[in-house]
Amino acid sequence: MNFQRVSALVRKDLKKIVRDPALLFLIIMFPVVLTIAFGFSFGAIGGTQSSTYQVGLVNMNAGGAQEQWSQYFVGNLSAIELLNIQAYSDNATAQADLVQGRIQAIVLIPANFGESCSSFLEAPNEPSSWVNASLPIYLDSGSMFATQAIPPLVQQVLVTTILGEKPTGVSLPIQLSTPSLIQTSKFTMFDYMVPGLFAYASIFLTMTVAQSFTTEREEGLLRRINTTPTSPIEFMFSQTVSNMIIAFVQALVVFVMAYVVGYRPSVSLESLVLAFTVVLVFSLCNVGFGLITATVAKSSGAATGLSFIFILPQMFLGTFVGFALSGSAQAAGRFVPSYYVTDALTSLFLRSAPITSPSVLLDLAVVSIASLTALLLGIILFRKYGKA
Amino acid sequence: MIRNLTKAFEDVTAVDGLNLEIERGELFGLLGPNGAGKTTTIKVLCGLLEPTKGSAMVGGYDVQKERAKVKELIGVCPQDTAVYPYLTGRENVELFGNLHAMPKQRLKENANRLLEKMSLLQDANRRLAKYSGGMRRRINLIMALVHDPEIAFLDEPTVAMDPQSRHAVWDFIRDLKKQGRTVVLTTHYMEEAEELCDRVGIIDHGKLIALGGPKELMGKYNEKNLEDVFIQLTGRRIRED
Repeated sequence: MNFQRVSALVRKDLKKIVRDPALLFLIIMFPVVLTIAFGFSFGAIGGTQSSTYQVGLVNMNAGGAQEQWSQYFVGNLSAIELLNIQAYSDNATAQADLVQGRIQAIVLIPANFGESCSSFLEAPNEPSSWVNASLPIYLDSGSMFATQAIPPLVQQVLVTTILGEKPTGVSLPIQLSTPSLIQTSKFTMFDYMVPGLFAYASIFLTMTVAQSFTTEREEGLLRRINTTPTSPIEFMFSQTVSNMIIAFVQALVVFVMAYVVGYRPSVSLESLVLAFTVVLVFSLCNVGFGLITATVAKSSGAATGLSFIFILPQMFLGTFVGFALSGSAQAAGRFVPSYYVTDALTSLFLRSAPITSPSVLLDLAVVSIASLTALLLGIILFRKYGKA
Repeated sequence: MIRNLTKAFEDVTAVDGLNLEIERGELFGLLGPNGAGKTTTIKVLCGLLEPTKGSAMVGGYDVQKERAKVKELIGVCPQDTAVYPYLTGRENVELFGNLHAMPKQRLKENANRLLEKMSLLQDANRRLAKYSGGMRRRINLIMALVHDPEIAFLDEPTVAMDPQSRHAVWDFIRDLKKQGRTVVLTTHYMEEAEELCDRVGIIDHGKLIALGGPKELMGKYNEKNLEDVFIQLTGRRIRED
């Protein structure tokens, strides 16, 4: 491989980004604007907990067996400053208020809540003896905060209530060690969104790669390069390098802008390096998707439209947007690589997971495999069918 | 050297059994109307297209089997201007020098020399998006020649150029000849071929219908110019416009 050729092609691609206003906006300015806008809109700017959110609570366990458990749960939930808990005597009234927008969520404590908690503590290692219960949560689908932040908050309170992360005066027969839970009460909605923003920005590389290849093909530039001694490996390597540089800059821009608007993750340097690595590996996936798009698209205009076949699922199922979707849609997110990028970054930034955390490493492995597969497939398809 | 070269597409035979030998240092013109098969022949010689039948050797190398060797020898100026509009004139030229792995100093000297020769030195640091069509075509040509190729394939290098630019390019091509380069020039401007070429091959419907020096062909067919030679051979003008 001749690095003079690779370097010349990389510089050419980077100059294109810097000198084409539309591309510059899409690649760099778009993440900047998005991060600032989301920072303003979702709590990173102007104080982290300036707003409170109305949550309706229906306690079906009140007056029932082991009701002290539901009382502890309600007490813990009420202690979260971000939530303003409003008690309801029945679900119908609460539902009516939810529909009318007076509250943003309902937490329905089931009648067997106390029994369920007790059964767990009596035999924590015997799941067969537990009284299983479900804790329904109804959310205002139009409230980004409700759909995104309230479920993990309630989940945390539930765990705290049962395991005693925050002792509430209950004499538990067994105190389980507290898992590494998110201190959700100190996070803003923006904090939950930042990991997805990294993936979100990088996803649009699919479009720029597809546009770049189709434009160069239309204008005879790929054919012209093919009359020089530049090998296909050198050419594809240069594309990969330039897009990884772009992805790195994007990730840096998102991180810096998020920091500027108030994002303060408690993350170590090595975790940060790993987070950037995940984003860089993910950029290969988007280069691959861009090549596949360029193979199919007849023109750069068509490439722009077709690229959304890859962009939209990744955007809606795998980034912060995915939090607002149904359970089945969120499950579908497991089939898009961006889901694992967001998950890995969420673990590193929000859950303070160590870089050796199995879940983070698993996410990185999935992203790596998906990215290499997409890149190789893109190269093979473009070389075979896309050069004409 | 081209032996029985045939290139067929789905329903068209663009080049049909072409046989041709071009000497080292020769300035050879491939003449013919649009669609005659000139560009297809050049693309096969550059390794961009696989021949359907036959073979071609460039600089002693088989274009199918030794494509990498061929690419080190050649410089190709495509018919349609293929340049990067967001790069400056100099950056476009230097990019292609780098793709040929030229030493930095030599690349800089060559780029300056060629830009000056084509009257583009003053505009060399402007982006091509701001160039006129004629200036772009001149950059298009310099990009093909910056690395001093032994063999230059110039596919209609003066098409759509104003007379002044065209004569500048003609001078440029004559210089290549003086430097001992082999030049294969395709054109449908007969006066261009008469002015520049040592020999010409006239192609029509993918077949070679005449081969020889411009004066030799005019004498052989007793015509005043190559345009009339073409009319006598095919019964129509080379350019219908």
